[in-house]
Amino acid sequence: MPIRPLAAALALLPLSLHAAPDPADWEAVLDEARGQTVYWNAWAGEERINDYIQWAGRQVAERFDIELVHVKLGDTAEAVSRVLAEKQAGNHERGNVDLIWINGENFATMKANDLLFGPWSEQAPHYPLTDPENTPAVRYDWTIPVDGLELPWSSSQVVFYYDTALVEEHPRSMPELLDWARENPGDFTYARVPNFLGNAFITQALLELADDTERFYAPVEDADFEAATAPLWEFLDALHPHLWRSGRAFPANSAELRRLMGDGEISIGLSFSTTEASGAIANFELPDTVRSYVHDGGMIGNMSFLAIPYNAQHKAGAMVVADFLLSPEAQAEKQDPVVWGSNTVLSLETLNEADRARFEDIDLGIATLSPDELGTVLGQPHPSWVDALEAAWQARYVGN
Amino acid sequence: MNDRHHLVLKDIHIALDGVTLLALDAEVGPGEVLTVMGPSGSGKSTLLAYLAGFLAPAFQASGRALLDDQDITALPAERRGIGLLFQDPLLFPHLSVGGNLRFGMPRATPDKAERVEAALAQIGLSGFGQRDPATLSGGQKSRVALMRLLLSEPCAVLLDEPFSKLDTHLRHEIRQLVFDRLRAAGLPSLLVTHDREDAEDAGGRVIELSH
Amino acid sequence: MILRLAPPLIVTLLVGPILAGLVMAVLPAFGYLPALGGTEFSLAPWRELFAQPGLMRSVAVSFTSGLVTTLISLAVVLLFLAGASGSRLDRWIRRMVSPLLSIPHAAAAFGLAFLIAPSGLISRLVSPGVTGWERPPDALIVQDPWGLSLMAGLVIKEIPFLLLMSLAALPQLDPERRVAMARSLGYRPTIAWLKVVMPALYPLIRLPVYAVIAYATSVVDVALILGPTLPPTLSVSILTWFHDPDLTRRFMASAGAVLQLGVTAAALATWWCLECLVSRLGSHWVARGGRRRGELSLRLAGKGLILLATLTAFVGIASLALNSIAGFWRFPEALPQGFTASHWLRALPNLSGPVASTIIIATAATLIALALALAALENEQRTGRHPAQGRLLSALGLLYLPLIVPQIAFLFGLVVVMESLGTRPQHALVIFGHLLFVLPYVFLSLSEAYRRFDPRWSQLALSLGASRNAAFWRVRLPMLLAPMLTACAVGLAVSIGQYLPTQLLGAGRVPTVTTEAVSLAAGGNRRVIGVWALVQASLPLVGFIIAVGLPRLLWSNRRGMRGAP
Repeated sequence: MPIRPLAAALALLPLSLHAAPDPADWEAVLDEARGQTVYWNAWAGEERINDYIQWAGRQVAERFDIELVHVKLGDTAEAVSRVLAEKQAGNHERGNVDLIWINGENFATMKANDLLFGPWSEQAPHYPLTDPENTPAVRYDWTIPVDGLELPWSSSQVVFYYDTALVEEHPRSMPELLDWARENPGDFTYARVPNFLGNAFITQALLELADDTERFYAPVEDADFEAATAPLWEFLDALHPHLWRSGRAFPANSAELRRLMGDGEISIGLSFSTTEASGAIANFELPDTVRSYVHDGGMIGNMSFLAIPYNAQHKAGAMVVADFLLSPEAQAEKQDPVVWGSNTVLSLETLNEADRARFEDIDLGIATLSPDELGTVLGQPHPSWVDALEAAWQARYVGN
Repeated sequence: MNDRHHLVLKDIHIALDGVTLLALDAEVGPGEVLTVMGPSGSGKSTLLAYLAGFLAPAFQASGRALLDDQDITALPAERRGIGLLFQDPLLFPHLSVGGNLRFGMPRATPDKAERVEAALAQIGLSGFGQRDPATLSGGQKSRVALMRLLLSEPCAVLLDEPFSKLDTHLRHEIRQLVFDRLRAAGLPSLLVTHDREDAEDAGGRVIELSH
Repeated sequence: MILRLAPPLIVTLLVGPILAGLVMAVLPAFGYLPALGGTEFSLAPWRELFAQPGLMRSVAVSFTSGLVTTLISLAVVLLFLAGASGSRLDRWIRRMVSPLLSIPHAAAAFGLAFLIAPSGLISRLVSPGVTGWERPPDALIVQDPWGLSLMAGLVIKEIPFLLLMSLAALPQLDPERRVAMARSLGYRPTIAWLKVVMPALYPLIRLPVYAVIAYATSVVDVALILGPTLPPTLSVSILTWFHDPDLTRRFMASAGAVLQLGVTAAALATWWCLECLVSRLGSHWVARGGRRRGELSLRLAGKGLILLATLTAFVGIASLALNSIAGFWRFPEALPQGFTASHWLRALPNLSGPVASTIIIATAATLIALALALAALENEQRTGRHPAQGRLLSALGLLYLPLIVPQIAFLFGLVVVMESLGTRPQHALVIFGHLLFVLPYVFLSLSEAYRRFDPRWSQLALSLGASRNAAFWRVRLPMLLAPMLTACAVGLAVSIGQYLPTQLLGAGRVPTVTTEAVSLAAGGNRRVIGVWALVQASLPLVGFIIAVGLPRLLWSNRRGMRGAP
């Protein structure tokens, strides 16, 4: 790489006088954030999400004098790539990514490669409202300790949805799903691995079919992968011939899965958002006969977070935006299925009455399960398991 | 303007890949027309290209062309003061008739509008200034092309078979008009053609090129 | 003097970034990428690459889809031209070329996908009446493992490109006289064209054909929509690896990029061998003297196939338009159960920004390209150095470099180069990136008209005392207005359709209608895709309408300008 020491030194001069903001002094953070432009890299495959981000942009402009720009991603890893490219090129101070919507493998990668700024998130004013003491999901992202490097934002849980006009009785477990698929060939599929929804389905099957799930929450190296996953492959080998297109093709992601449902190609699908079916009905994408359901043994859930790259140029602005997104107001807006319908990460017990009322007043929509109907949340295994599952799935089902 | 122009061609020799195309030595006085005749491929057009300043680099040329005692062979085309008449009238299709006439006038020419109108009147096209050249007849186009040439005030004129594409009945008329005007303007002219009638009407010396 | 700098400037602009980008792809492919701890050269990335499941299949699909697409497109175009008789239908098809060309690849692919899917429009139209289907059949048509739908999608877009290139090259061959000559010897017109015009035409469109091969072997956006998925084509796999959260996959991804370069090169080499073979067999066929056999079937095939491709593209776009206003639309209804403006109303507030930056970037890139192309062509005229004189290979070949080197092979590397030069992602950088692809197209579509422009016009202007510059500004430029505007429209369309360069060089911060459309495509909502694809397709169309309409307006009083020189 060409190095021009003098020019580089001159370029860094004004910035090095200017240390990274200290999250402990939130007033100072707010001051510094004023007038900044925050580039928020967030997956943009859903218009509802993009609209919500627009709304948030208007709010932070008004309240904190911050300009929020949504950098629209087809895949969160694009932002990780960009930070990496910047590190590679020696851009350690003026990175283009200020804030990332992130979790799981992407977080694990960035953390492992020292690509994140922090710790900062535990000092964010709204952080205590998530009740971190009693909510491990806030402190561990797919079993990886968060360590103050990202702020919780959204909580999601996998749900199945089915068309009541076509399916009389929905399955209640993976073995039942297999029986159902045998009787209704071509009517079910899941998203292609390694899409996060595809990963979620095989992880769900892994957890449901295993006798002992303890080992999935430690790194995969410590366990016998073959033995631990044997029931899963047996199940998938049996299931695939009865899937849509006989398992020779899979939809790319949750949205394509939803489209197949809307076109009547399949009659059972799944989603990582409990309100997706309701929102899609309102948006003419699904027939109003669609309803959601969960398996009796519980469904996989996880949280997604907001993180700041180590070289972000507008760290203060990014912190302020992230903290605003965790506020009861922003969280309640997000949970409204008319807006987006993504579940809050706040613990309602920690809220005052007025804020709690914001959440209780939301109409969740006809195809959305109530919190008690959602049942048990199964934790996300260690990312190394998901990596290994991805690779094994690819080796088994790709290119044959 | 000096009305007594003369053109001298001294030991002109043009070759392509070492093969001589033509060799010429001639003098053209004011108002005089020198006709160069020859079959196609005899290098007539190459001679004109050379004199006008458009000779393709592939050709090797030697000799000198003197216009009013000044050697023009090294000058760029636009500074030679040599006007051209082609087989086609080539009126600029994007300009009006008047615009075509104004195009060649030296920038400092006073009363451009009056001159254009007067020129049009001389060729019987009064009031045609705003017309689209594409709407003129063949003979009208040729006349406009001639006037455009004259208004650009050249010191010598090269004619590249300018009548070959005209109908027989027009050809004689336009030929007369062109030679009369050139003579009246006192311009030395060089005509290349393969039509013997052209040479006869021109009334000057005739050089036959063979191949 | 400045004009002299144009050719070297163009070459530097086109070749420099590509070479730099390639170097930054090759180094990591052999394990060198200090930022990720790769400080020693090794073959590990290659071992990892070849251990990927389904790699050989990816390579095979990329390779064959490139060759098959090109073969079919070229055959259809040649057969159509051979059988064209100047009828109304022929003229209509010729006139459809520009709008077809302006439909971005992604939009055309979406349209095709909705048309041919088992739950798509065709299936809906014949169901349940003809087929008895109450539910869509479980058939793998779109994204089939053999890449057939991918090839179909590419053929639809490559036919207009090759047709336009052929139409531009044909006049210099004087095809009417050649065919008339052959017919007087007893040959039927279509056979005559194939025997006396085609052999002369092919060398003139060879480079565009190579560009089609390179594009079809390495395309990303169309392959994402129509291509196979288990495994996807090589280019799509590379993109996935580059974006994998596991950063060590970057090494393998770079090796993949180099492999992609090899696959494209292999496809080109194979084509070249085919060329030699065909020319040998073909000369025998030409000389054998067959005059009549197959005339009618050839003619019908050419016309039928090109019509099929054209109609598919337009019906696909029309069905996207229908989707953009559709309420819920259950299979097998032929029409939606209701119509709604809500998809448009929802998109409108988000349209203005991307539309504005699309227009700014496309206009700037096109104008710069136009200026450079004009400077180079004018320089060529003034120095009298025509590219046909010896330097054909170097000059023209370099111009095609950005069209022949797969984007995915050098763009990731180029981003790293730009980063290390300290260039901030912004509009200017994206414009620069677009220029790489806009300039060749502008140059190619302008050069033909420029070089064919009757030199006597400039000679006349000079002999009337106008300077060279005046002759350029007052004669050549206005008289070439129509081809210049067409070149601009082509440039705009190319720029508007760019996805990877915009996304990578703009760091995603420079949203255009195409990046928005493709990122929304990740969401698969056909109604939203309909809205954005229509916007994406209509922008270049506006360019073509201006290109056709402006000269007519300006020269409404100049009959001689209407035929355009």
